[in-house]
Amino acid sequence: MNALVSMSGIEKSFAGVPALSQASLEITPGEVHALIGQNGAGKSTMIKVLTGVYRRDGGDVVVSGTQSNIATPREAQESGIATIYQELNLVPLRSVTENVIMGYEPKRLGLFLDWREGNRRTREVLARFGIDIDVTEPLGNFSTAIQQLVAIARAVSLDAKLVIMDEPTSSLDASEVEVLFGVVRELKKQGVSVLYVSHFLDELFQICDRVTTMRDGRTVSTRKVQETTKLEMIADMLGRNKDEIAADGMTDFAGAKAKKGDVLLRAENVTTGPRLTHFDLTLHRGEIVGLGGLLGSGRTEAARALFGVDEANGGEIELHNVLGQPSGPGDAISKQIGFLTEDRKAEGIVPEMSVRENLTLALLPKLARRGQIDFAREREIVEAFISDLGIKIAHMDQPIRELSGGNQQKVLLGRWLATQPDILILDEPTRGVDVGAKREIQSFIRSYVENGFGVILISSEFEELVEGADRIVVMHEGRSVKELTNPGITENILVNALAHHEEGTGSWTAQ
Amino acid sequence: MDRAMKLPRRFASMPIRFHGGIAALIVLLVFNAFFTPNFLQLQTLFVNISQVATIAIVAMGMTLVIATGGIDLSVGAVMALAGALAPLIFLSDLGVANPAFGVALAIILPLIIAGLCGVFNGVMVAVLNVQPIIATLILFISGRGIAQVLTNGNLQTFSNPSFSYLGTGKILGLPFQGWLALVIACILFWVISRTTWGRYLLAIGGNERAAYLSGGPVKRVKIGAYVICAVLAGLAGLIVVAINSASDAARNGNLMELDAIAAAVVGGALLQGGRAPIFGAILGAVIIQLVKYTLLANGVEDEVALIAKAVIIILAVWMQQYRRA
Ligand SMILES: Nc1ncnc2c1ncn2[C@@H]1O[C@H](COP(=O)(O)OP(=O)(O)OP(=O)(O)O)[C@@H](O)[C@H]1O
Ligand SMILES: [Mg+2]
Repeated sequence: MNALVSMSGIEKSFAGVPALSQASLEITPGEVHALIGQNGAGKSTMIKVLTGVYRRDGGDVVVSGTQSNIATPREAQESGIATIYQELNLVPLRSVTENVIMGYEPKRLGLFLDWREGNRRTREVLARFGIDIDVTEPLGNFSTAIQQLVAIARAVSLDAKLVIMDEPTSSLDASEVEVLFGVVRELKKQGVSVLYVSHFLDELFQICDRVTTMRDGRTVSTRKVQETTKLEMIADMLGRNKDEIAADGMTDFAGAKAKKGDVLLRAENVTTGPRLTHFDLTLHRGEIVGLGGLLGSGRTEAARALFGVDEANGGEIELHNVLGQPSGPGDAISKQIGFLTEDRKAEGIVPEMSVRENLTLALLPKLARRGQIDFAREREIVEAFISDLGIKIAHMDQPIRELSGGNQQKVLLGRWLATQPDILILDEPTRGVDVGAKREIQSFIRSYVENGFGVILISSEFEELVEGADRIVVMHEGRSVKELTNPGITENILVNALAHHEEGTGSWTAQ
Repeated sequence: MDRAMKLPRRFASMPIRFHGGIAALIVLLVFNAFFTPNFLQLQTLFVNISQVATIAIVAMGMTLVIATGGIDLSVGAVMALAGALAPLIFLSDLGVANPAFGVALAIILPLIIAGLCGVFNGVMVAVLNVQPIIATLILFISGRGIAQVLTNGNLQTFSNPSFSYLGTGKILGLPFQGWLALVIACILFWVISRTTWGRYLLAIGGNERAAYLSGGPVKRVKIGAYVICAVLAGLAGLIVVAINSASDAARNGNLMELDAIAAAVVGGALLQGGRAPIFGAILGAVIIQLVKYTLLANGVEDEVALIAKAVIIILAVWMQQYRRA
């Protein structure tokens, strides 16, 4: 069969450090092709070489049988390759419509922007994803998941022959993932190919035809999904024997081991606005409390209230038995709270700064003596976290924007672990992190609470919540409505608890 | 292996614009050596150093403000204001009665007033969330007006050797203000690279939201940047007055905001923030000054010199955009 895209012998180095060497990839028309590999394996770089974001140092790219000379993302789009990059390239201050039609605006008389047509088209595209929002609102007003879906909708609306999705499901919950899969299947039916990058190996079995595995910048295998196993994929990714891996087992973060200590935090009836109307939570030393809920249920808003980002206009927050909401992030940090935010690009990394500077950003007050940074200690701490978290970088003074997505995430996790907070709020801590590292991070979090700290865990992955949390507070439309306790929580129980409220009969009372 | 590779890599990632700036400087020097009469003379060097120092001092402050993603249009007006105040103080009865005290006060008080201008700008931007261009436009317009009202619109001439030392003094044969600019640069460089304040400054410019959520004192740091910028502008205003032994509120610091922004940008400051190349600002100031001097010495009119400056700014900004794409 003639390949739609065929890349071979691809070479790419950054400042002399190879990111791709002899990498290859072949996508046939109408197939859903998975691309997997550990953090930093070169998946995103491979995609950017294909779409002209980066110029390759060597190798061939053939698109539809002819040598490709795509040199810019624009040209890629024009030749039928639509891409959703890992770090969303959207403009949060602009309206949803503007973001969807950006670069392809409908014009009236070939000159004036036809807003009505633009809005109509946008609504239509979003409807395919079951999203019904006010498209004239700024995109930044919506959650990361919605933004992600908008990016996907934009790409799909461009009539592509190949749609590339770099970790599209990393911020979606189960039902949104289903919606996305529906779209992928639809695309496949229309003969459109999809290149699908993901760290969720289970997903691949549902929608992918073939899977290419990369390791350290090389392509190590391409297999038919139906003829392979998860274990085999992991073995390829890690470059290890699969029997060895099976013997090791995969360590879980195993909930419900908690020895509860004193109360660290108590929130009662906290209100910050329409998106958080009634929030109750108690957190003890030594436990992980999960916040479960669907999109817009108020999980992130609850975290923001506890961290003092959104001012509470009702209810009580008690930290270490002292009443009072932190007045802002700085105050919260000094009161031993940490908050890893969900949006890595907008709220997490300072792209131009080095890994070192990013990792110690929240720690600065403790790193300084009379305003002067203690560089020796800084390097020591950063060194320790880089090796503990297995962050793959060239050196600690490398700008963080050059890191792969998963490695950026690890740096941000390190930023908060470094402050050693009593209360660590983690909003999607393992987003974009590869399977191996995910387990490591989860066990890291577990051992963290075993040292007597408390963690509040937000995750759109039900598995992570169910297995990781000692208790789960279920949220719905800005209210905490139910509490589940481990052991005994299964994904089904959680889904039921969420769904029950989703129908929203109103007859349900809290707890 | 690690160590062996580190050095060349760091060198390779050294900003290109820095090399570009140095290249531009060399071109200017060579051009002048050949075409500008008397260029290679000590006198020329002195003139240029004493001119460049004021631009450099203001440009360094501007660099800090630009590093936060802001801009300060009021520097020229603050120069005029500080410059107008100084002679008023040492020529006052009090100043004449206590010459030493008068001169000290004539330096300190204008700098404090300049600092208050900075507080005003900073609060407008950081607390009231006014766009920096608009916020600093207020003093851009009113600051010079106040200075002119203070001096009744007159040119104030004076003869006060101790005050004039600011602009005419020499240390090791080189103009005092040149040394002053160097000392300030070293201090600011230290502050930016060694202190938490400097780290926060760059973080705020790089991603304000992330800096805030990591506990950065965003408002305080931003206000601080505007205050330092204004105090440095005030100092430059004093130097100009000292050089001329006269204060002219209408001309002191006129169009300085353009020179300072140009110098900062040519020196490698990113208008979207996140970078504060202090020595770059000095390099930028030297280039701007040399361009001015070259055009002047070769008989090109002032208006054309303005256009040349505009072209430099556009070129520098364009190069930044190009490199980012
Ligand atoms: N612009 C850049 N400058 C320098 N190094 C880079 C740059 N982009 C990527 N790299 C390096 O290339 C390697 C591959 O990165 P890439 O982003 O392709 O990984 P990935 O497989 O997508 O990982 P992840 O699963 O974490 O997203 C990494 O080691 C990364 O640090
Ligand atoms: Mg990636």
